[in-house]
Amino acid sequence: MSLAFRSLLMRDLRLAARSGGSAFLALAFFALMATLVPLGVGADLRLLARVAAGVLWVGAVLAALLSLDRLYQGDFDDGSLDLIALSPLSLEQVALAKFLAHWLSTGLPLTLLSPLLALFFGLAGRGTEMLALSLLIGTPAVSAVGAIGASLTLSLKRGGLILPLLILPLLTPVVIFGAGAVSAALDGLANGALGLLAGFSAAAVLLSPFVTAACVRLNLAG
Amino acid sequence: MIVSLTAEKLACVRGDRQLFSGLDFEVKSGEVLVVEGANGVGKTSLLRLIAGFLPPAKGAVRIAIDEQVISDGEERGPLVGWLGHQDGIKPQLSVAEQLEFFAHLYGARTELEGVLTRVGLLRQRMLSCRYLSAGQKKRLGLARLVVSARPLWLLDEPFAALDTNGRALASELMQAHCGRGGIVVAASHDPFGFAARKLRLGAA
Repeated sequence: MSLAFRSLLMRDLRLAARSGGSAFLALAFFALMATLVPLGVGADLRLLARVAAGVLWVGAVLAALLSLDRLYQGDFDDGSLDLIALSPLSLEQVALAKFLAHWLSTGLPLTLLSPLLALFFGLAGRGTEMLALSLLIGTPAVSAVGAIGASLTLSLKRGGLILPLLILPLLTPVVIFGAGAVSAALDGLANGALGLLAGFSAAAVLLSPFVTAACVRLNLAG
Repeated sequence: MIVSLTAEKLACVRGDRQLFSGLDFEVKSGEVLVVEGANGVGKTSLLRLIAGFLPPAKGAVRIAIDEQVISDGEERGPLVGWLGHQDGIKPQLSVAEQLEFFAHLYGARTELEGVLTRVGLLRQRMLSCRYLSAGQKKRLGLARLVVSARPLWLLDEPFAALDTNGRALASELMQAHCGRGGIVVAASHDPFGFAARKLRLGAA
């Protein structure tokens, strides 16, 4: 990893961790949502365990989405993106660094918090393990697809409002396979969903830097 | 070592409006070119065009450096030191963190304390950038420019927001840069402290 790549990654992580940063915001949102749902659904533990995977997966996607609009827009608005574009890094490398920073500051902490939140839903041990595993495999896809949307809307003043409309439909496979893997594990069925989730995630992570770089190029010229 | 920056029959279109066309100029190593013209005439667009952000509608920008000529927009990037009208400063970072980030990003080997002393921000180095004034932010931008150690400086209103000392500092830095064989292209309405070639846009 080159010094330039590392410095961009570390800067984005530092910005995410500082006041007004995205890391804490995403975690707090996720935790609050996971606390509210059992209060709304009621104390039927069988029912809660059934819906846990779906609810927590949707919660994780929405929480990761919260900070996505700032991924490129902040740097675009204050001119940092111009300066970063002039660095020795290619825009593809820049996109990879920013994707990594987003996943490390949202997807990974959400995954680590999920077993605790699964307790609120009375999810069995097997289900909890599968939930954490599916989040670990699936959240990179959320950041990768999200980065594409963020780079596409980076010059729009209210881009954050369009962003979910743009990328949530693209993330349906992640939620279906992710929650599906947990349901299958609970029912003791053979688990194909996890493989499909991993495939989708790998494709998204591989393609995202190239698509994102193209969008950034387009916006810098705009 | 940069030799020259050449624009050939350059044309720029923004939206459906042609800002300029048939623009020819050459800037040699050690020269400053001041781009003048009324608001909206395309000074910033010209700088973005040279930096490679904007593709030219017609014509070409070439940089001769060492033995080779670079005309591709993204290959020009690593030669450019950029001071835009946006400051590129994050309020969450301290002055030193901000400068260190760009030094690492640009692979620069400059000693940062010396540069901060030069631009008069040494005392503020641990200060969060959110407390900097507009002039101090500009000084930090100048520090970043020096640290980047790029041969071609593209400056958009380099004197804006600076006090008298700051203006003198900006002039000195530009002259020192040219003294080392660099090239400066600056869009500005302010008087420079030294003789410089002028390019007037929209005069035709």
